[in-house]
Amino acid sequence: MCSYLAVSKNVKTANGLGIAVIFVLLCTLPLNYLLNKFVLQPGALAWLGDGFKDVDLSFLSYILFIAVIAAFVQIVEMVVEKFLPSLYSSLGIFLPLIAVNCAILGGSLFMQQREFLNVGEAATYALGSGIGWWLAIVALAAIREKMAYSKVPAPLKGLGITFMVVGLMGMAFMTFMGISL
Amino acid sequence: MNEDLKKTLLNPIFKGNPITVLVLGICSSLAVTVQLKGALVMALSVIIVTGLSSLVVSLLRNSIPNRVRIIVQLVVVAMMVILVDQVLRAYAYSIDKQLSVYIGLIITNCIVMGRIEAFALGNKPIPSLLDGLANGAGYGMILVIVAFFRELLGSGTLLGFRVLPESYVPNNLVILPPMALIILGCIVWVQRSIQKDLQEK
Repeated sequence: MCSYLAVSKNVKTANGLGIAVIFVLLCTLPLNYLLNKFVLQPGALAWLGDGFKDVDLSFLSYILFIAVIAAFVQIVEMVVEKFLPSLYSSLGIFLPLIAVNCAILGGSLFMQQREFLNVGEAATYALGSGIGWWLAIVALAAIREKMAYSKVPAPLKGLGITFMVVGLMGMAFMTFMGISL
Repeated sequence: MNEDLKKTLLNPIFKGNPITVLVLGICSSLAVTVQLKGALVMALSVIIVTGLSSLVVSLLRNSIPNRVRIIVQLVVVAMMVILVDQVLRAYAYSIDKQLSVYIGLIITNCIVMGRIEAFALGNKPIPSLLDGLANGAGYGMILVIVAFFRELLGSGTLLGFRVLPESYVPNNLVILPPMALIILGCIVWVQRSIQKDLQEK
């Protein structure tokens, strides 16, 4: 969410960051799903032998999830730096900041709550939420580019009006599900 | 020195507020502000996590190699969040359920990482602890203001007690997440009308 507000000043960088987020989400979520299923869940270590049947490591999930995500972001950063130097310099600091993007850790934590049946389902969920994030950041960047030409009250300029635009956009997106008041 | 400490403590609460001025930690402020009670618990958890992790990182600051500092910081923060989560689960299970993943998301709350990077890595433990606590408090204050309006207008209650008369029809629109952003926008508006130097061109 923080990078969502910070990077959405022009469409091009927003697009690059959106794609990076889709990619990281798509890689880390299935990985964390397997981690959750075979290491963290209560009784998940049963494949190691009978002695491990009662082990419950779920309290470790935050540390492991964030470690996987941080490692993956590091890999993505190195790959982009090596093969796509122009994109690397345009994203700058915001690439490593994906590691602390709530959308990604949040995806893993929601996955733990929802109990998907298999890796495919988890990957589909990752793809869906990644595309949703990309769509939202590109749309917001486009609105902000146009907004440069409009007259906004001085104290509301920049941050304030962006909050309100995001709020209104959120309402628009909610109509897809239907609002019951 | 005393003057400095006082400034460290008071600056983040209004003039350099982490949410409205530095734009950190927006994510969780939307989700947990439907009820005042949840917001209070969340605010308290964030104050504890920012304070303690700033203290620990500041104690370790001379022995952390620069290249792996992000991972070390994340581990310290994650450890604090796990402690808070376990305590909440033991003593306030229903609130823990209501806050669900958002306690875990304190790890990625930019306020925590931001203060560690910007302050705790270069300062002594005591000022770092104060800076962490104060930033948590500044964050908590905004959270409580937003939650106050959302619970009052959305359900006509405060902390679960009915404040507005029965004839008040609850405005369900305020309970939806987008309204939190609009209330935040209004807070920014008020603050920047008072402090003209914060206005953007």
